[in-house]
Amino acid sequence: MLIENNQNIEVVIEQSNNRLITNEKKLKIRIIKDKMFKYTTVAGALIVTLLLAYIIFYIAKKGISSINWTFITELPKPPGEFGGGVSNAIVGTLIMIAIAAIIAVPVAIAIGVYLSEDKKTKLSYWVRTGLEILQGMPSISIGIVVYVWVVLQMGSFSALSGGIALAIMMLPVVAKSTEETLKMVPYSLKEASMALGVPYYKTLLKVVIPSGLSGILTGILIAIARVAGETAPLLFTSFGNPFMNANVLKPMNSLPLVIFNYASSPYKEWHSLAWGASFLLIVMILILNITAKIISRKWKIKF
Amino acid sequence: MKKLINKDKIFRGILYASAFFLIVLLFGFFITFILESSESLAKFGFSFITGKQWDPVDGHFGAMPFLLGTLMTSFLALIISFPVSIMIAVFLSEYFYKGFFHNIIKTAVELLAGIPSIVFGFWGLFTLVPLIREFQLAIGIEPYGVGIFTSALVLSIMIIPYTASISREVISMVPTDVKEAAYSLGATKFEVIRKIILPYSGSGIFAGALLALGRALGETMAVTMIIGNSNGMPDSIFAPGNTMASVIANEFTEATDSTYVSALIEIGLLLFIVTALINLIGKYIIKKTVQF
Amino acid sequence: MKRTTFIILALIISWTIQSNSQNMKALKEKAMGSSELLGAGATFPFPFYSKVFDEYNKIKGVKVNYQAIGSGGGIKQLTSKTVDFGATDAFMDDKELSDAGKPIIHIPTCIGAVVITYNLPGNPKLKFTGDVVSAIFLGKITSWNDKRITSLNKGVKLPNQKIVVVHRSDGSGTTFIFSDYLTKVSKDWESKVGRGKSLNWPIGLGGKGNQGVAGLVQQTPGSIGYVELVYSKSNNMPAALIKNASGNFIEPTMSSVSLSANIELPADTRVSLTNSNSAQGYPMSSFTWLILYKELNYNNRDNKHAKALVDLIWWMVHQGEKYAQPLNYSPLPPQALKKAETILKSVTYNGKPILK
Repeated sequence: MLIENNQNIEVVIEQSNNRLITNEKKLKIRIIKDKMFKYTTVAGALIVTLLLAYIIFYIAKKGISSINWTFITELPKPPGEFGGGVSNAIVGTLIMIAIAAIIAVPVAIAIGVYLSEDKKTKLSYWVRTGLEILQGMPSISIGIVVYVWVVLQMGSFSALSGGIALAIMMLPVVAKSTEETLKMVPYSLKEASMALGVPYYKTLLKVVIPSGLSGILTGILIAIARVAGETAPLLFTSFGNPFMNANVLKPMNSLPLVIFNYASSPYKEWHSLAWGASFLLIVMILILNITAKIISRKWKIKF
Repeated sequence: MKKLINKDKIFRGILYASAFFLIVLLFGFFITFILESSESLAKFGFSFITGKQWDPVDGHFGAMPFLLGTLMTSFLALIISFPVSIMIAVFLSEYFYKGFFHNIIKTAVELLAGIPSIVFGFWGLFTLVPLIREFQLAIGIEPYGVGIFTSALVLSIMIIPYTASISREVISMVPTDVKEAAYSLGATKFEVIRKIILPYSGSGIFAGALLALGRALGETMAVTMIIGNSNGMPDSIFAPGNTMASVIANEFTEATDSTYVSALIEIGLLLFIVTALINLIGKYIIKKTVQF
Repeated sequence: MKRTTFIILALIISWTIQSNSQNMKALKEKAMGSSELLGAGATFPFPFYSKVFDEYNKIKGVKVNYQAIGSGGGIKQLTSKTVDFGATDAFMDDKELSDAGKPIIHIPTCIGAVVITYNLPGNPKLKFTGDVVSAIFLGKITSWNDKRITSLNKGVKLPNQKIVVVHRSDGSGTTFIFSDYLTKVSKDWESKVGRGKSLNWPIGLGGKGNQGVAGLVQQTPGSIGYVELVYSKSNNMPAALIKNASGNFIEPTMSSVSLSANIELPADTRVSLTNSNSAQGYPMSSFTWLILYKELNYNNRDNKHAKALVDLIWWMVHQGEKYAQPLNYSPLPPQALKKAETILKSVTYNGKPILK
């Protein structure tokens, strides 16, 4: 009896020992899995960072060497002649962004204010849906429509049509950020103003919008950064121009167009101009993004 | 007082007008697309989508090669970028949720989103294309260098920020108490991520992927520069091809025949509808997940 | 703030919806008024044109903005009236002319040639016949050491390498000249592909513009493509000798290209020079033309603008021709110049001839 019991106990101990061992094994496997997952994740993230660093480094290396005084001040030379710059493209990009901003910003802010005021009406539902569609719309489609609407009607390619195409692209970004910002402005602020007898429109213009200004500004800068590098809608609208041009009713050059036209050319001099333009463009966009960040951080809405 | 009320009305009017303007704008887009492509719509009907021939000499247009090219590049790009994007999202939200590494990687991904498409194309043309060509020589197929696979690679880099940032957002929305409950039962981090976080944020991550797909479908310049611009049916992932967006960029300014132009605009219409649907579905799913 | 919003809103709506309003007309007048000319089209003469226009700007102070978007684009943008003049290497056929509604004239500016270029180790000089070129571009000859190529090029060691065909992706006059020649010499090509500015290519990679093709050929080992002579010269790319109608293998040079135009020309200069019966002429040559409306009073263009355009073209075919040779273009032969002068004198504004 006793011996049997002892034997039983031994079996049980052995079994539980075995279980302990397998549990320990399982635990080890689980820990190993956990570690492996962690390492692959970290590795994946690092690879992307390195890749990005490589891309930026590559463009910077190729671009910096072609950026000098003539690059910024001179016009492109005919093929085969050495030197030349992209001053017309720099000016063109700035002018077209300005046109786009002048057209898009007021409308977009008005749309954003509307959405933050009428939160749950039918119209606001459709406007929101519309903004989402517009935001996801391929830029080339916008180019086609602006070609039909503006270029064919005016009978000429022009910087204006390019600006309009870019404005359509800016619209959803600015409108959305305006809406999001104004939503965060506390209702009590508005109530206080209204209670003082300030009319509705003044309340919005003088109280609500100013308190959300940083958010709106950030949205505008991000929108500009987004359209600054756009090429597709400019192919059929602003068209390009080898000369300096400040007439918005005429075709105009821009940095992305320079990159596209020169990158696919067989001329070494034109390649280096394209690298320079790429670098310039990236730096511009970088500065815009950083400024946007600083603004949104510094003037965060705090109440 | 009356004046004030009037001003109020004007102000309201402006707001309504702007909101309405957006709707009009979009309808305008849609109507323009339909009107301008009516010739091709009437002439080819449904065979426009199934037709394999894009023949400007004969005036016969079928968009199948471009549909296929678009689908192949976009899905391939998504397949390549998806795991990496999830890794970045998990890295940023679970492993390094603050500190030096967090900031570096977060900024890197944001920078990635800021680089213009055309610069990606330029970079791809000069660095990726020769690399792929070497690879193709090594495995003994035509050394095109450019082509669907190369475009998909560049696209996959371009869409990483989309999937990554949306995934990060939905992952950060997983309730802490659920995670902590799992940890207290002795779960490892890997198990928490696999069994709690990913199922919880699954639909949100899916929406992120969908939005990235939408972006890849409409991407024009980078693809135009490195896809090889061939209008035939692509027979492998290394073959040169054309996407819907790139064929418009290549041929729109030079199409002389009115049928040709309207066929190109019909491709624009298809692209418009597809991206709009994908975006709306994606946003809808995100809205649903955020409500939890 | 709100007023500007409102004004801008009104402006946009008027631009987009009521596109034919007065507003538009005023804009058009402004856009057309000044002394800047806009042209677009062929990439084939682009280096020549950009040089000529650069000089013209220095001498006369008139800016000419020329965008090389392809011959097809040149014709399209002219008939959409978005440019002052178009440029094309493929003359508009009768159907295209009648579709345009109003009469369009062709002015030849120089003669160019399409060459077959390739990327092989050492880049040997190769000889081709039209049949072989057609077979390569149809995908029937797939390797460089194919008998049909080696039998033409005895003494040249050709590698066992796959041929990568490179062609144009855009509508182009270069493609037209190339396919026009192949259609004339190869039945197979005629039945399978035919001639045109854009083709339904059976195989190959597409490059945008002459630059695009030249770039792709330079980057791809074992490739073959066709580009304008100038592009092969300026990039030190090889150019194959082609057998012409008289049975001679001709190297593309300026003189052999000029010789191809030694034939009777029609009054409107719309003639193909490919496979011409000139014994020493290079068989893939062609005029390149500027195209413009015969009556220049359209879209609110004023007399001054019309005069500026005609003056420019007159200057181009006279003084401008001296810039052709250094850039490897063959200048107009005297008989072609005479025809160009007659045509240019027929251009009118409000029915009155501009040049006397």
